Amino acid sequence: MSATGLGASVKRKEDIRFITGKGRYVDDINRPGQAHAYFLRSPHAHATIDKIDASAALASPGVAAVFTGQDIADDKLGGLICGWMIHSKDGSPMKAGAHPVLAQGKVRYVGDHVAVVIADTLSQARDAAEKIVVDYGVLPAVADPAKAVGGPNIHDAAPDNTVYNWHLGDKAATDAAFASAAHVTKLDLVNNRLIPNPMEPRAAVGDYDSGTDTITLYTTSQNPHVARLVLSAFIGLAPEHKFRVIAPDVGGGFGSKIFIYAEETVCAWAARKIDRPVKWTSDRTEAFLSDAHGRDHVTHAEVALDAAGKVTGLRVHTIANMGAYLSTFASSVPTYLYATLLSGQYNIPAIYAEVDAVYTTTAPVDAYRGAGRPEASFVVERLIEMAARETGRDPAEFRRQNFITQFPHQTPVIMAYDIGNFAGALDKALEHADYKGLPARKAASAAKGKLRGAGFSAFIEACGIAPSAAVGSLGAGVGLWESAEVRVNPIGTVEILTGSHSHGQSHETTFAQLVSERLGISIDNVSIVHGDTDKVQMGMGTYGSRSGAVGMSAISKALDKIEAKAKKVAGHVLEAAESDIEFKDGKFTVKGTDKAIDFASVALQAYVAHKFNGQELEPGLKESAFWDPTNFTFPAGVHICEVEIDPDTGIVTVERYTAVDDFGKLINPMVVHGQVHGGIAQGIGQALMEGAKYDEDGQLVTASYMDYTMPRADSLPSFTVDTIETACPSNPLGIKGCGEAGAIASPPAVINAITDALGHEDIAMPATPVAVWRAAQKRPRLAAE
Amino acid sequence: MHAFEYAAPASVADAAAALANEDAKVLAGGQTLLPTMKQRLAAPSVLVDLRKIDGLSGISREGDALVIGAMTRHADVAASKVVQDAIPGLAALAALIGDPAVRHRGTIGGSLANNDPAADYPAAALALGATIVTNKREIAAGDFFKGLFETALEDGEIITKVKFPLPEKSAYEKFRNPASRYAMVGVFVAKTKAGVRVAVTGAGSSGVFRHAAMEAALAGNFSPAAIAGVKTDASGLLSDLHGDADYRAHLVGVMARRAVEAAA
Amino acid sequence: MVQVAMTVNGKAVSANVDSRTLLVQFLRENLRLTGTHVGCDTSQCGACVVHVDGKAIKSCTTLAVACEGASVTTIEGLAHGTKLHPMQQAFQDNHGLQCGFCTPGMIMTAVDLVNRKGNALDEATIRHELEGNICRCTGYHNIVKSIAQGAREMATQPQAAE
Ligand SMILES: Cc1cc2nc3c(=O)[nH]c(=O)nc-3n(C[C@H](O)[C@H](O)[C@H](O)COP(=O)(O)OP(=O)(O)OC[C@H]3O[C@@H](n4cnc5c(N)ncnc54)[C@H](O)[C@@H]3O)c2cc1C
Ligand code: FES
Ligand code: FES
Repeated sequence: MSATGLGASVKRKEDIRFITGKGRYVDDINRPGQAHAYFLRSPHAHATIDKIDASAALASPGVAAVFTGQDIADDKLGGLICGWMIHSKDGSPMKAGAHPVLAQGKVRYVGDHVAVVIADTLSQARDAAEKIVVDYGVLPAVADPAKAVGGPNIHDAAPDNTVYNWHLGDKAATDAAFASAAHVTKLDLVNNRLIPNPMEPRAAVGDYDSGTDTITLYTTSQNPHVARLVLSAFIGLAPEHKFRVIAPDVGGGFGSKIFIYAEETVCAWAARKIDRPVKWTSDRTEAFLSDAHGRDHVTHAEVALDAAGKVTGLRVHTIANMGAYLSTFASSVPTYLYATLLSGQYNIPAIYAEVDAVYTTTAPVDAYRGAGRPEASFVVERLIEMAARETGRDPAEFRRQNFITQFPHQTPVIMAYDIGNFAGALDKALEHADYKGLPARKAASAAKGKLRGAGFSAFIEACGIAPSAAVGSLGAGVGLWESAEVRVNPIGTVEILTGSHSHGQSHETTFAQLVSERLGISIDNVSIVHGDTDKVQMGMGTYGSRSGAVGMSAISKALDKIEAKAKKVAGHVLEAAESDIEFKDGKFTVKGTDKAIDFASVALQAYVAHKFNGQELEPGLKESAFWDPTNFTFPAGVHICEVEIDPDTGIVTVERYTAVDDFGKLINPMVVHGQVHGGIAQGIGQALMEGAKYDEDGQLVTASYMDYTMPRADSLPSFTVDTIETACPSNPLGIKGCGEAGAIASPPAVINAITDALGHEDIAMPATPVAVWRAAQKRPRLAAE
Repeated sequence: MHAFEYAAPASVADAAAALANEDAKVLAGGQTLLPTMKQRLAAPSVLVDLRKIDGLSGISREGDALVIGAMTRHADVAASKVVQDAIPGLAALAALIGDPAVRHRGTIGGSLANNDPAADYPAAALALGATIVTNKREIAAGDFFKGLFETALEDGEIITKVKFPLPEKSAYEKFRNPASRYAMVGVFVAKTKAGVRVAVTGAGSSGVFRHAAMEAALAGNFSPAAIAGVKTDASGLLSDLHGDADYRAHLVGVMARRAVEAAA
Repeated sequence: MVQVAMTVNGKAVSANVDSRTLLVQFLRENLRLTGTHVGCDTSQCGACVVHVDGKAIKSCTTLAVACEGASVTTIEGLAHGTKLHPMQQAFQDNHGLQCGFCTPGMIMTAVDLVNRKGNALDEATIRHELEGNICRCTGYHNIVKSIAQGAREMATQPQAAE
């Protein structure tokens, strides 16, 4: 392994600009003559818009324009789309209500976009917005997904607020497994609604060049090409060749910046309309109200065991909150990203899942770190832990007994696991966590009047999203391949153009490591170009832990082509047959001779081209590739959380957190560990503190950091993170992806630890101090019960 | 933020004159006022910044009292050797307000004038029997706090300093709101020559209050055991997302016992 | 409009500003120093932390006019030319950042912490002192490590006075 090649913990190249304050985020961009947009948002969860009087606002100082839904309709701009078609059990397509860019006739959640004011300064825009008079006809709200059916109708297109009633698996086989079960464990749970909260709020700058009739949109996007595709092909803003989307440095996304939102659409559209750049930067309150939220499931789940403790069946019914509109990928999250993972790491012969997706008068809900898979792993890992406890089995050994050990393994819910070593991760985790020492630590805590417990989570996820054919057959509107282009410059430096997008994932370093390894050049001679549709032709972006497994595989494939072409060039220069050329450590040699030429010289020769004879060898050294994966990848691992509870206050302290994950081959262990840390923190956040709350009137109660609890440094411990390795067989680099694992694994580990400490199962997420204090008053489950 | 005029007078008298403008407001550390203005929940026409006025900040021992200027920052109170020696519970309290950056700007005068029901200083002022000194008069802490965000201050009245009589023992225990980190329940206990005082912040639906039953129980026996059985009536307490009134009532007991233990 | 003059990263600057201009707006919009970020509107995230007269403050909760005559240091003023401040270097060495958005505020907070509490900082102290800085990416694990290293190294490397 070289110091900067694959597997090395190379320090990040991108850090220098961030630690010196030279990062360039969307809000740092200003265009000459730019105006500022302020969105007037609905104060009501559900209301008709009977009249909008913007005359006073229009007359307000500095105001350039005020636009409403009517202006958007007059311009024949399409609505925001949901790109994944789900069919209900009865075969009918999902029932999607219209999602206008600015509200038309009705608002459906607090924060919905009523109008936009564009003025010379933001203060002027905001001052003017206060002068817009809107007559609302207030309607009843419904925020709780369990109450959506039978609640006030939100979209005419969706009677009973139902988007779809979907199912997966074999109902009859599953019912039969339950009928003959020796033991059934049942669980009712709420997977709490979360607000993603990347620290950089969303922002957009629309810029129109009337000379070329071209729009440039700077936007905080995880996938600028998808943004351009949707804005162009579906919303009809401008044809793609007249429309450039740039996502520069982006300050975290976690899913929430995948989606195409009203605000960037309006900035791009309005810039052309008023022929002036238009900028909008979300403030945090707007982010809470209008960024797509995550999770929000109400679930009943059961697992069946035979007398020997073998899991024989699992069934699940989930109501999934979609919010007021279907966001870009919303429909896929509680279906193909959720129910397909309900087999966990276990050999379960029969699984049946039903999912009812419902509209409520709340912000749209879509993918948030893990997207569907945290919800699945929470169901499975809570059930498994409880089943072990109920039947008097050790949770670790009960898991081991049911682990899948033969690969490939076809689950009853679509996924075909390619490889894994679940027991290997368990063994290592038990050791790191000093599981043997737990009884002594429990006793020590008890002596101080504290409760201690440990909880497991043996998670699996499907990422490296995704084989185009597979997702296409399941309803996706796009293929989920990735593209790469390798440009070798005449002096041997390299630019990699990728459709992946880094917003914290370290691509400038890890992708360069791959090039360094393959071409034998320094990482300093490699630059990674991303986030600009004028530079990178096409790409699907970064989410679903796909940048390594899919994005880097595309680069690898393009590098194969570069190597092949370079060999040809070397053969020409060295006057040897192409088949006699070998490439190693950055040098081309002629087999069995000492004739050699280094990579940089080959690059130069490729452009000088003096020795090429005409048509036989094209000048230049530039190749591109598209990589379409053949399977999902299946990162898996075992996490063990150990908590101590102060029963007087209900405060839960995470005393130890151990993660042993199998991500296949690692490109940069330092970066991988960092991804795991961040994911664990978000998962602990979900388990212990985070939860979006709407009141009866549909007002978001947790609309700022005053009420929405974010994990802070003093609410978390340092983590013990380690890996095992089974190389992924479905991509050339053997990598599986690590971006979401921590967030998928940790919530059940934490809750299993708390319930172990409490001695009963009755605690919901988030396990806040008040909830834990109450739960600690309850009589613990007795061994005989 | 709405537009306003900014003034930074050099004397209390000039500040008082500037405050005569309609809707004028004092600006101290700005750690409450500016966030409120940013959200357009307050829109003063004139902001009168006290930062240039000499003599409004500083910490000194004057006989049996600790005197803290209104513009003294939380960080300076927390780090002050004089405060740590005279009233360690007060220094510890200041160190628990907000975060380091907030403590570098927020002031004791601003905190008391604001009288947020979840603020920390009001508990200390009430338990220690402090006197709030303004440009017009002296107000006993017991008369100063008048409910949520309400005080005895009249329009344009400026706090100049706060006088704390030295207690024999004192301590503060805070249960932080998990999200905002303000006090969800904060209990300041003080054993003084005049008796024991227990003040509770964060919990009361009309702001900081004294806990008579605990004071009585502790008068004869200043120990955690003395208040182990003392119940707190939940009826006047706040309920919100982070804790209902029953939980707060319970926490008052826990924090009080811990404070007594820390002080004893 | 009010005239305001101060020293920023060692340079005298002045401008005519609307009195409601926050220090962070003055830095970002008037001076184009965009390393200082805005991550919230309730003064809680710490993305905007800069030093005013040597002390960490939240520039989103400070008026520019209230900094008249002050000396302000931002993330852009921490390095000496291409020589990184030891705290900056420590963040790179320990992978103390991912998206980088919280990072300027974290580093400015960390330097202030060392100035107040010295060079030997234990984990609990560091975690407690970060109460006013939110990071969504790193889970804080590597930030804590970075600050411990940066603190140690600040003892051995002289820094310019602010
Ligand atoms: C993130 C964050 C966390 C916080 N956490 C806590 C916490 O945990 N506990 C806590 O107690 N507080 C907390 N605070 C509030 C903080 O302590 C404020 O500093 C304090 O409440 C107000 O003081 P100030 O000097 O900033 O006053 P300002 O914000 O300047 O003023 C507040 C009010 O008091 C008035 N005022 C100010 N000074 C005077 C005076 N001398 N005479 C008359 N009126 C005056 C002003 O007109 C205004 O109405 C927090 C603040 C923030 C931003
Ligand atoms: S922007 Fe200043 S604290 Fe969040
Ligand atoms: S590195 Fe992204 S918020 Fe901290």
